[in-house]
Amino acid sequence: MTAVLQVEGLHKAFGGVQAVADVSFTVSAGEMLALIGPNGAGKSTCFNMLNGQLSPDLGIVRLEGRDIVGLRPRTIWRLGVGRTFQITATFASLGVRENVQMALYSHAGRLRSMLQRFGAAFRTEADALLSQVGMLDQAERTCGVLAYGDLKRVELAMALANQPRLLLMDEPTAGMAPKERVALMELTAGLARARGIAVLFTEHDMDVVFSQADRIIVLDRGQLIAGGTPDEIRNNAAVRTVYLGGTH
Amino acid sequence: MTLSSILIQLLNGLASASSLFLVSAGLSLIFGVTRIVNFAHGSLYMLGLYGAYTLIEVLGRTPLGFWSAVVLAALAVGIAGVLIEVLVLRRVYRAPELFQLLATFAVVLVIKDIALFAWGPEDLVGPRAPGFDTAVEILGKRIPSYDLLLIAIGPVVLAVLWLLLTRTRWGALVRAATQDREMVGALGVDQAKLFTSVFFAGAVLAGLGGALQIPREPANLDLDLAIIADAFVITVVGGLGSIGGAFLAAILIGVAKAFCIGIGTVDWFGLEISFSKLTLVVEFLIMALVLVVRPYGLLGKPQAVQRIAAEPSPPLTAPTWKMALVWMAVLVAVPLVADRYVTILLTDIVCFALFAVSLHFIMGPAGMVSFGHAAYFGLGAYAAGLLFKQAGLPMEAALLLAPLCAGAFAIVYGWFCVRLSGVYLAMLTLAFAQISWSIVFQWDSFTGGSNGVLGIWPSAWLADKTTYYYLALACCGLGIAFLWRVLFSPFGFTLRAGRDSPLRAEAIGIDLRGVQWAAFVLVGALAGLAGAVYAFSKGSISPSAISIAQSTDGLIMVLLGGVETLTGPIVGAAIFTWLRDEVARRTEFWRAVMGGVILVIVLLFPQGLVGGLKALALRWQEQRA
Repeated sequence: MTAVLQVEGLHKAFGGVQAVADVSFTVSAGEMLALIGPNGAGKSTCFNMLNGQLSPDLGIVRLEGRDIVGLRPRTIWRLGVGRTFQITATFASLGVRENVQMALYSHAGRLRSMLQRFGAAFRTEADALLSQVGMLDQAERTCGVLAYGDLKRVELAMALANQPRLLLMDEPTAGMAPKERVALMELTAGLARARGIAVLFTEHDMDVVFSQADRIIVLDRGQLIAGGTPDEIRNNAAVRTVYLGGTH
Repeated sequence: MTLSSILIQLLNGLASASSLFLVSAGLSLIFGVTRIVNFAHGSLYMLGLYGAYTLIEVLGRTPLGFWSAVVLAALAVGIAGVLIEVLVLRRVYRAPELFQLLATFAVVLVIKDIALFAWGPEDLVGPRAPGFDTAVEILGKRIPSYDLLLIAIGPVVLAVLWLLLTRTRWGALVRAATQDREMVGALGVDQAKLFTSVFFAGAVLAGLGGALQIPREPANLDLDLAIIADAFVITVVGGLGSIGGAFLAAILIGVAKAFCIGIGTVDWFGLEISFSKLTLVVEFLIMALVLVVRPYGLLGKPQAVQRIAAEPSPPLTAPTWKMALVWMAVLVAVPLVADRYVTILLTDIVCFALFAVSLHFIMGPAGMVSFGHAAYFGLGAYAAGLLFKQAGLPMEAALLLAPLCAGAFAIVYGWFCVRLSGVYLAMLTLAFAQISWSIVFQWDSFTGGSNGVLGIWPSAWLADKTTYYYLALACCGLGIAFLWRVLFSPFGFTLRAGRDSPLRAEAIGIDLRGVQWAAFVLVGALAGLAGAVYAFSKGSISPSAISIAQSTDGLIMVLLGGVETLTGPIVGAAIFTWLRDEVARRTEFWRAVMGGVILVIVLLFPQGLVGGLKALALRWQEQRA
């Protein structure tokens, strides 16, 4: 398998606090990699350095071999990285289909026009994406009135719009009912494998993590303490100590 | 400059800083707790001056009379503040933020006319402070002892406020609410009482700031908007909600202003620079500079995240061709049946309609509230007038080039503005409008100063009022149609998307700042077109076209009609212009009437007229179904 995302020796400190220290890992095409760890372990910091919101003190982040450290989030998106947020971020006053069309228009570089009417182009493409995430029947509704789980699906459709090589999903199932959670991640895993997309996600729900991830890496106090298949992680002594407590 | 004259300027600056600090501290306190941008705060300051004047007349020009008058005036203004809070603002706390702003505009109008009614239009010069009417000699220069007293009062009030905020339960609540209002509410604190008390304290500070100025400054009716601009600048430079920041900023700006007066005209390498002319601009330059370097002011912090997300804006519906054609037909037909007077009024209305629609475009769909939109209207009007008079261009060419000039200014102003958001952005737009106003007002040789540009009449073929009305209708109608068209284009959708979620916009590859900048320039140019058409219809143009009052008129039009509908701004512009004209012909106190009407609308239709009527129609339909 080829590595889509390659992270080497990532460091970030806030004031005197080392939030992330010497973190390295890779994600391959079609692979679901879960990044887990207790609260304050540095997951969000780590994530934000990958998507361009924070820049690392040290370290290399390569997307398909290209160094992306220091690039803006919008540039990183153009290189083929889709994102979903912990708290959904969609365009509340626009329709569901229009939300997805925004991403498609942007991908095609067609948002500058002032005189064309928005919405005529990329209709079929948008509907195709919406049907993949099971939201086609709500395409005409306004995002502001959707249920939370449905918003997560819209976000996923938007994240897929630029045919990403890598999906970054920060707490993709936060705020959803348990049944919906597994369904959303099964959907994601299916799409990722079919399209060869690398997926990196953080998650608190261990059922979701252990049932959907191909590989798991564990972060504690800024450092990677373990990595491996779900079975390996389940039996890892260090991970048990972090999650179940014990003597340090 | 010698050492002694530097000292004089420094003391002078510090003396004026004291009153500015009092007013700004009150504004900052109120904003921090209630999140209301209180435009009526300057009016409270003005009431403080008038109140002190009258009370001194009554109580006598003795030390006891003077000082009890100052204190009583401040307390009376405090009670006025409580009345405003209880009667008006308390009823609109749940309304959208912009609607609260509209309510405070209405209060400004009402208070101005109350002052006009009670004290008349003449400036009232107060007495000197008994006991402080002499001058003290420092380094061979004479300084009024009252100035020294004022310099001392600033830090004393700062200390008292600091003690109140850090040592009392009330202060703890105020600080807590400034940081996290929802949490304070969740802890069971009576918000209504807290808000009323904060309004009282803020109003007392404004009143005290005004009353203390009575020996230095005559009471007059223009103080309300003049001082509110200063107070905005100081609170923003200091950081919204920070009392210490307000003190620092007041000193910085007071001293900078005093030095500009003191330096006078300087010859630098053969270039003559008049610093005294910079006085009106310097505070806004400081503000622009500070906001670019520190977007939250000197001592401010980023605003706390509001957990209860604001109601998302409803989707926009495009106007239909049928409706547009019907309205156009009516507007074309009116001059055929109506008299000359109606035609002239309609010309005004179409100009203001384009002005309001361009403001709505930027504050509604683009989500960037502008307190200084008159800058582009006025600059367009001046560009038209000056291209015609000074450059000798034909009227038609001037009319076409004027929007480009206004747009050019918007390129510069917009570059700074799109770096900020929310209240800070609004304040910066106000600052740029005031800078433009000051330059136009002071550049006598080029712009005609306070007289403005006279004799700018349209070409002969347009001289007839009806013909000119058709030109105005065509220009402004096309402008409005263009803006609406843009709203439903990919560019317009990008703006709305960016307002809904800047985070998501960036995450799908949108350069939001760039898009917002372009929108700024676009609406600037179209507001400029409205101004140019307006200038030629009036035959003259004066600095009032760029004034704060003109900017707030625009805001009132948009908010009156309703910011969430497309036709709202047009309805608002028509009603406001017509009503002002009707009322102004009948009574000297037209502002109070306008303010009263606006207040009634605010209290009855918190979504604006068109929004409110739509909601009513919906309810009626539901009842029938």
